[in-house]
Amino acid sequence: MSTSSFIDKTIEGLNSKGFILEYVVDQYNEYNVFISANNALETIKYLNADLGYGFLVDLTGSHYPEKEGSEYQVVIHLQNLVENSRIRIKSNLSKDNLEFPSLTSVFSSSNWMERETFDFFGIQFTGHPDLRRILNVDDMDYHPMRKEYALEDATRADKNDTFFGR
Amino acid sequence: MVKVVEAPEGFEGQGFFATSLDKVIGMARANSLWPLPFATSCCGIEFMATMGANYDLARFGSERMSFSPRQADLLIVAGTISKKLGPVLKQVYDQMAEPKWVLSVGACASSGGIFDTYSVLQGIDHVIPVDVYVPGCPPRPEQIIEGVLKIQHLAKTESLRRRDSDEYRKMLETYNIETTK
Repeated sequence: MSTSSFIDKTIEGLNSKGFILEYVVDQYNEYNVFISANNALETIKYLNADLGYGFLVDLTGSHYPEKEGSEYQVVIHLQNLVENSRIRIKSNLSKDNLEFPSLTSVFSSSNWMERETFDFFGIQFTGHPDLRRILNVDDMDYHPMRKEYALEDATRADKNDTFFGR
Repeated sequence: MVKVVEAPEGFEGQGFFATSLDKVIGMARANSLWPLPFATSCCGIEFMATMGANYDLARFGSERMSFSPRQADLLIVAGTISKKLGPVLKQVYDQMAEPKWVLSVGACASSGGIFDTYSVLQGIDHVIPVDVYVPGCPPRPEQIIEGVLKIQHLAKTESLRRRDSDEYRKMLETYNIETTK
């Protein structure tokens, strides 16, 4: 099957460039490749130009407060439409340094996705042309998808501990 | 059969009828409310049913939906209002001319409802003053009609000077709504 052989070729190519920190094949036979934030832009450029991953499916973040030193994660999904091959790129970030290179020079579509990831997780995309909030109100002063913030709204007046376990 | 609104209390004689002006104006306002539907979710669907042939809000004089706030008397907020939509709702309210009334339809518009979360406004009364709240998730069309009838009652019995009063102006100022004069 061409799909599985092409993903092997992808991993081989990334390995030869030294981009891969480690990779995991999950139960759905999907490839999760961990890379370093320092050469993330080169990795994505290489995947796009040389390996034909021309479609940025998704770019988002996640927060694992219990993982010391790698609390945040940027997750990038790429697809090669010709070979029908998908790859998931992950990059761990420490809460002390939330900088990640902007991919806008490679994929224009990453512009709004990076703004969203900044909005919800506070990840700083260096080189982004216009990094400001996109979905939440402009005067919001925190990043709501971080686990230290409660989901519930603090202005709610009609709920109390007795009935709702606040 | 055409049913006509009953005349207000007054003195009647041959060829004349005398009553107070605010009663006549109240009657006229109450029975010709032009609603502006601000419908964002399922409550909006219930409101559409309310306007449809089965429930027919037009029977109560609200025949004409005004999709421009400039000509509307009654703002019907039906659905979840996110915090980002709050300023938009306030602008719509600002653009309406006095006298104006606000009907908050459903749990979300009234209190945030099940959406107890950082992105949702916990009741439109954080942004604009509300005259009547309709509970329910979503409320049935009969409930929405009752809400409109309550608004009609307010319109009918409102003093003509109410919107010029200091009390009213102070109330608007608590919402940071600019007042003329």
